[in-house]
Amino acid sequence: MSITQFILVSIVKIVVAIIVLLTAVAYTVWLERKLVGHIQNRWGPTRVGPFGLLQPLADGVKFIFKEDLTPPHVHKPLYIAAPMIALVFALTAIALIPVGGWIHVAGVSTPLEITDVNIGLLIILGIASLGVYGVALAGWSSNSKYSLLGGLRASAQMVSYEIALGLSLVGVLILAGSFNLREIVDAQGGTFWGFIPRWNIFRWPPQIVGFLVYLTAAYAETNRVPFDLPEAETELVAGYHTEYSSMKFAMFFMAEYANMITVACLASLLFLGGWHGPVAGPAIVRALLPVFWFGLRVFAFLFLYIWVRGTLPRFRYDQLMAFGWKFLLPVAIANLIITALMVALRS
Amino acid sequence: MLHLLLFLVFGCACGAGAINLLVQRHPINSALSLVVVMGSLAGEYLLLGAEFVAAIQVIVYAGAIMVLFVFVIMLLNAGEEERTSGSRVALVLGVPGMLIGAVLVAWLLVERSSTVTVAAGALPGDPQTIGWLLFHDYLLPFEVTSILVLIAIMGAVALASPPGMDASAKKEG
Repeated sequence: MSITQFILVSIVKIVVAIIVLLTAVAYTVWLERKLVGHIQNRWGPTRVGPFGLLQPLADGVKFIFKEDLTPPHVHKPLYIAAPMIALVFALTAIALIPVGGWIHVAGVSTPLEITDVNIGLLIILGIASLGVYGVALAGWSSNSKYSLLGGLRASAQMVSYEIALGLSLVGVLILAGSFNLREIVDAQGGTFWGFIPRWNIFRWPPQIVGFLVYLTAAYAETNRVPFDLPEAETELVAGYHTEYSSMKFAMFFMAEYANMITVACLASLLFLGGWHGPVAGPAIVRALLPVFWFGLRVFAFLFLYIWVRGTLPRFRYDQLMAFGWKFLLPVAIANLIITALMVALRS
Repeated sequence: MLHLLLFLVFGCACGAGAINLLVQRHPINSALSLVVVMGSLAGEYLLLGAEFVAAIQVIVYAGAIMVLFVFVIMLLNAGEEERTSGSRVALVLGVPGMLIGAVLVAWLLVERSSTVTVAAGALPGDPQTIGWLLFHDYLLPFEVTSILVLIAIMGAVALASPPGMDASAKKEG
């Protein structure tokens, strides 16, 4: 493929990915409001459009027209930069996530992801660890006690649970033998005995413990219930985004939901088999049906996220940190040791 | 050509970040400049073909250690530095001294460098090779380094524990 063709194809993929991601962020908010509403025995948004489907549009317009207050006592450069940092790193991770196999259209064949990097998983973890800066700097630059406490708590929590997150993924890496996300998914194709799919939670050694540790650590990484003390309304006014209004607040919001979507995509790729599923039909359908299976898994993971949010109460901060360091980290290390032992004994 | 251009971009970002670290008066700006330095170093490692080291540099150094630096600055609520007579003297003596030192080091490196050049990507930098080396050839240094870090952590815990704690423990025990 020539250079101009490569650049053109990449630009098309980037535009499609950004549009899909931003729409998914908006409609994840809609999904959350509907689901949490139904869990709490009330309707969610129903008035704006059928089933409230145009509610994200109304919210977006509202955010754009809201007055953008900048309190006088803030540290201006970092106050303005912090939501940008949070959003940039949240949106960048989508560049490394493959959503399907290869697609061949009009003589051009390209993998269904923006970049195919040999250490894709490590880069996603690096981007997640850089996203902590948005939260920490927002809390500090707002120059208010609620924001500072919320920012400190959030960054301490995110840094602590990153370790358990990374360790829970090492079991998958041992089974796959590569950091490349596409290769990890390709190793999960086929079925056992004809009907149990060879997903990483079913393979031998089954990564179910790793999946549960990843789930819990991901809830803490993305500051979601039951680990959402940093932004709990009843505890800290609004935590690190207390002093933010209008579009800057919307950027934090979008960053949180984009992080949720990235985490759900990673879980689908690493533990739930990626895009494998029954495919049939002409060539273009065969290329796009795996994307549908991938989207189904991501939707199931987001549904689980929102379901947990509607069900569980939140942890107190010391319980949260004790849980991360004293329970989750040893369980992740034990999973790693047992997986490594079983793989070594098998070969 | 593109390789040289990228090397210059990352090198200039690294140097600019380092100089900005010294020039800035507020410690939080200095800490963020150091994050930029760590990121550009990761870019340089990537250009050398050491992809794993680059990723680990971002995850560990820029993403965890520097976050803890920023934490400390946030907690201590350090304000801007003030210009005292001591710091002005340091500026007048330090900048020429640093320039002389940098020129000396650069001249020494150019003199002693070998004429053999290695193509980017010729040396292995993939995770498998690094894992093999780390756990086979360099296992003892790896374990000793981890014990060194453990000693540092124990020292920090001992220094930070509240005073008189061991006295009350002695009374009870």
